Amino acid sequence: MAKHKVTMTINGKSVTAEVDSRLLLVHFIRENLDMTGTHIGCDTSSCGACTILIDGKSVKSCTYLTVRADGADITTIEGIAVEGTNHPLQKAFHDQHGLHCGFCTPGMIMRSIDLLKTNPNPTEKEIRWGISGNLCRCTGYNNIVKSVQQAAAEMAKEKEASV
Amino acid sequence: MFKCKTSPEVGGMGHSVKRKEDARFLHGKGKYTDDVKLPGMLHMVIVRSPYAYAKILSINKEKALAIDGVLAVITGEDLAQYNLHWMPTLLSDSQMVLPTDTVMHQSQEVCAVIATDRYIAVDGAEAVDVQYEPMKAIVNPFKALDEDAPLLRPDKEGQKDNHIYHWERGEREKTDAAIAAADVVVKERIHLPRIHVASIETCGVVASYDKDTEKMLIYLTSQAPHAIRTILALVAGHVGLSEEKIRIIAPDIGGGFGGKVPVYPGYVIAIAASFLIGKPVKWIEDRSENLVNGFARDYHMDCELAATKDGKIQAFKVSTLADHGYTDSSANPSKYPTGMFSICTGSYDYEHAFAELDAVYTNKAPGGVAYRCSFRVTEAVHAIERMVDKLAAEIGKDPAQLRFENFIKKEDFPYASPLGWSYDSGDYKQTLEKAMDMIGYADYKKEQAEKRAQGKLMGIGICTFTEVVGAGPSKDFDILGIKMFDSAEIRVHPTGKALARFGTKSQGQGHETTYAQILAEELGIPYTDIEIDEGDTDTAPYGLGTYASRSTPTAGAAAAIAARKLRDKGKKIAAHLLEVSEEDIEWEVGKYFVKGAPEKSKTIQDVAFAAYTNFPEGMEPGFEATHYYDPPNLTFPNGAYICVVEVEEETGAIDVKRFVAIDDCGNIINPMIVEGQIHGGLTQGIAPAMYEGIVYDDEGNVLNGTLMDYLVPTAVESPHWETGHTITPSPHHPLGAKGVAESPTVGAPPAIANAIIDALYPLGIKHLDIPITPDKVWDAIQVAKAKA
Amino acid sequence: MIPANFNYHKATTLKEAIALSQELGEEAKYMSGGHSLLPMMKLRFATPEHIIDISKINGLSYIKEEGDLLKIGALTTQSELEHNDLLKKSYPIFGDAVWLTADPSVRNFGTIGGNIAHGDAANDQPALMLALRATIIAEGVDGKKSISIDDFFHGFYMTALEFGDILTEIQIPKTKKNSGGAYHKVERKVGDYATAGVAVHVELDDDGICQEIGIGLTNVSAVPMRLERGEEILRGKKITDDLIEQLGVIASEDCEPESDLRGSEAYKRSIVNTITKRMLNKALERARK
Repeated sequence: MAKHKVTMTINGKSVTAEVDSRLLLVHFIRENLDMTGTHIGCDTSSCGACTILIDGKSVKSCTYLTVRADGADITTIEGIAVEGTNHPLQKAFHDQHGLHCGFCTPGMIMRSIDLLKTNPNPTEKEIRWGISGNLCRCTGYNNIVKSVQQAAAEMAKEKEASV
Repeated sequence: MFKCKTSPEVGGMGHSVKRKEDARFLHGKGKYTDDVKLPGMLHMVIVRSPYAYAKILSINKEKALAIDGVLAVITGEDLAQYNLHWMPTLLSDSQMVLPTDTVMHQSQEVCAVIATDRYIAVDGAEAVDVQYEPMKAIVNPFKALDEDAPLLRPDKEGQKDNHIYHWERGEREKTDAAIAAADVVVKERIHLPRIHVASIETCGVVASYDKDTEKMLIYLTSQAPHAIRTILALVAGHVGLSEEKIRIIAPDIGGGFGGKVPVYPGYVIAIAASFLIGKPVKWIEDRSENLVNGFARDYHMDCELAATKDGKIQAFKVSTLADHGYTDSSANPSKYPTGMFSICTGSYDYEHAFAELDAVYTNKAPGGVAYRCSFRVTEAVHAIERMVDKLAAEIGKDPAQLRFENFIKKEDFPYASPLGWSYDSGDYKQTLEKAMDMIGYADYKKEQAEKRAQGKLMGIGICTFTEVVGAGPSKDFDILGIKMFDSAEIRVHPTGKALARFGTKSQGQGHETTYAQILAEELGIPYTDIEIDEGDTDTAPYGLGTYASRSTPTAGAAAAIAARKLRDKGKKIAAHLLEVSEEDIEWEVGKYFVKGAPEKSKTIQDVAFAAYTNFPEGMEPGFEATHYYDPPNLTFPNGAYICVVEVEEETGAIDVKRFVAIDDCGNIINPMIVEGQIHGGLTQGIAPAMYEGIVYDDEGNVLNGTLMDYLVPTAVESPHWETGHTITPSPHHPLGAKGVAESPTVGAPPAIANAIIDALYPLGIKHLDIPITPDKVWDAIQVAKAKA
Repeated sequence: MIPANFNYHKATTLKEAIALSQELGEEAKYMSGGHSLLPMMKLRFATPEHIIDISKINGLSYIKEEGDLLKIGALTTQSELEHNDLLKKSYPIFGDAVWLTADPSVRNFGTIGGNIAHGDAANDQPALMLALRATIIAEGVDGKKSISIDDFFHGFYMTALEFGDILTEIQIPKTKKNSGGAYHKVERKVGDYATAGVAVHVELDDDGICQEIGIGLTNVSAVPMRLERGEEILRGKKITDDLIEQLGVIASEDCEPESDLRGSEAYKRSIVNTITKRMLNKALERARK
């Protein structure tokens, strides 16, 4: 099987690698790049633990071939804030106790980033539907909803301040 | 209400301080088992049986071994050479690690492929050629005892049929007599189906054997690393794995819920593989492997509840058939094959009760996992709470009123239950009243009457449960003889900061925060100055682990008492520093002062420094303490849950309109975390009530072995939970605390089931087993209509 | 779960993709969003030797009205359908369906072309296409072809697309005055495949007489199904409550569901009855606006 040369930007850094056709993007990120914040929970694109952003859009990286990401701009949980700082969603999940075991958290946050980009001021229902591809077994979702609400408010404030 | 003794900065009990463990998870820096990568690490993939019951005719490894990168295919025959192909279960049964001749359930491990890469290992597993001769499987547990049923476990000496054990508690004759004499008796067969914990992280292991040091380092998704180390030493001691050479590290765990207590065959195979090959071996379950192996519940309970005509409960009897799969691998305390099922008499005061259970073998996966439940409490509570509602409906009494009239009274604690428990504390009346106030019970009753008049289906369901958690006192509770204490070890450093280690293991419960808060409460050292460490058997003190809501009742108590030991030592040091006698020293959180002269004081930090620099002559230096806590009793958290639903008759669609949960877990360490635990448990309660259940066909095939069909609720199915609490401290726990995180999983299903059945009652539907799905409701409505 | 080995090929033009398929033969499969095919490959239900990636082909992602037609490029993602202003305003049936399809992350990459070309009666778009009387445009070795939706679905995972054909565009008659459509599916939980789904599109004249009607059913037959008998009883008539009741009965009779984890056959027939009526009412409401 021929290898394919791929080049992509991951968290702002250019990465080039030779990969097999079948290498799933989640494994490329976890195994080849040693960034283990993106998790695997179900294998059937049901749970969302592997959610990352490709060109700003959330995707389940367990259902995406690495070769197809050639030329893509990829963001993972490790790349959403400068080290030592928090993205408003990271801060909000901490403030609102939006995580317990932490396993679904990176995917949940990556999905929420996309959600707030397309809908900066979502209702509770829109948040619940917006994260419906991401399973959490610990929190019962109440506090995840509150976390997204807090982040939405903070991001709106930030946006206002920057205008 | 609980009054905080410490400032928010110190962050002792009662403060909703934010979690110390969050940062690494939020930044993608959590370290879970699958994140462990060791030099030269190999990968293991398991070949599993497509049949529920079959003879293995042959296993051909050739094609697999021909794949570049496949190093080995390990079979039962290979393990048999080391006598590692079977392992004992905690309840004196035996389980195959790998079979030599017969597979007993679909997806049972058949052999394992070891390769240099995860992808190659999967290819290797695909290439192994196994020939089977399928046999007729026993799927229905009620048929397991039929005369013509095949004997599933001929390997067990003396095993004549598929009956595993009989268990009973209480007085059969007196209970039968009371039932026979009663005005009213309601009966029901209630099934709690097989479900799975489905933590988002599956199970896994990285085993790394070093042939030079003979040390076996094991990273394991384990809620009980110390106990597992001992078990491994007992199982594999004969090949040279002795306990001091085994180090288990339970790293971050992506949800446990009881599913990460057992020893799974995959762990043992990977450990054996590493031992034989001398290289690290990683095995991580995929989701289907996870869902079809290990289960919880699966009790068929024949219940009878007897009462006077005005609803005074007199007797309860429950006869249960338990489907254990092909072996009894329940992770229960040794003397409790049915766990704490005998809590089934509930929150009510009556004299007669009898519970019995027969367990049988079937061709299903073993498990008996205590899924977010202190060993079969969920089954017990479902039985009594459904029956109480059924009684209320039968005699036409409001189910809240019926409960008030039967509750154990506040002043009756400690209460000796008919099946032998000593309930520590509770104020059931107050808790239910609070739930009724919060939801607006009277208004919903009115609304329901109006809706019923219009032919609409609305239901209100109550559950007032009592749990029994925190196993447990050494006189009754052990696992393989090891008593179920737990431990805390505190080291206060010269600068007044501390490190504390525990025998438990958090899987998301927030131990790094709550244990620090307990120590902050007891010592006055800010919780932010205290590091918490768990999960490494080489460094942490021995403990039985985290499950059955036992961390706070056992290790939490150990922390408090170890801290008090330090405080006693500190008092001597303070007296020395302040140049007064020890009797003249008093303590308030964080400092020692001279009686009558509070300006003369030394902080805990001063004292810690002195313990290393300026201690009294003859005193042992250092400021450390350890305690192994053997609880005098279990704790009995309780709660009142009320659920309001509407059901659409035409489609069976169920809409959960409101759900209020009032919990009483005694004194609360961190209200934010407790509330979070309740939320999570409630979603894990609605899951089996309305969505989840492992479904088998007649051949024993699992029909819903992926998360596409095993319906874990999303944020859309999960209602907006409303929570509150009452506080009735545990009289015997040093902090007055009780376990809490399992209450919602236990209490929510009956509340939801009661609400849905209440909605359907006008149609003549008196019971439905969970999961109560729209199609099941619709089918039941058609049957009811046909009858009417 | 990991797919078996295969060779990946990227096509940047339709011509290149079609040429690749000819060169690689029948063991090659096109992949657009990959959200139907790749999961099957991971489960090893599908083991193609070659994957031809068509997702990078330019110019196949659009939603526009041209002449009498609404044209949707096959590579348009479900998310693009969801957030498109034209569809929101004039074709709300798409919003009904997409909102219930899988989840937002899957919708970000799953395409409308893939959803239809997969030939799965459990997918949501086929029922919409039937209701909206779509024409499927495909391109193959012999050039462009257009296929009526009624000739498109042949069997379980089988369509009128021949070896090498790529679905390129969906054409739907432009929405008329007094027309409206609606879709709903009953699902066990959000994002699930339908227990049963119904798409209805209705066109009325100024007197409220039904000029045209399309009804498509999801996941209650082996092949995506048009409710022909139901359409016939409504066409040319003023739609009364009585006719709506009749339609529900016909729908429940003519659908072909099987009992499975999603419910009994009888339950599914009843659900089809109910949703068909509700979606007709919703479509009528929209048509009358």
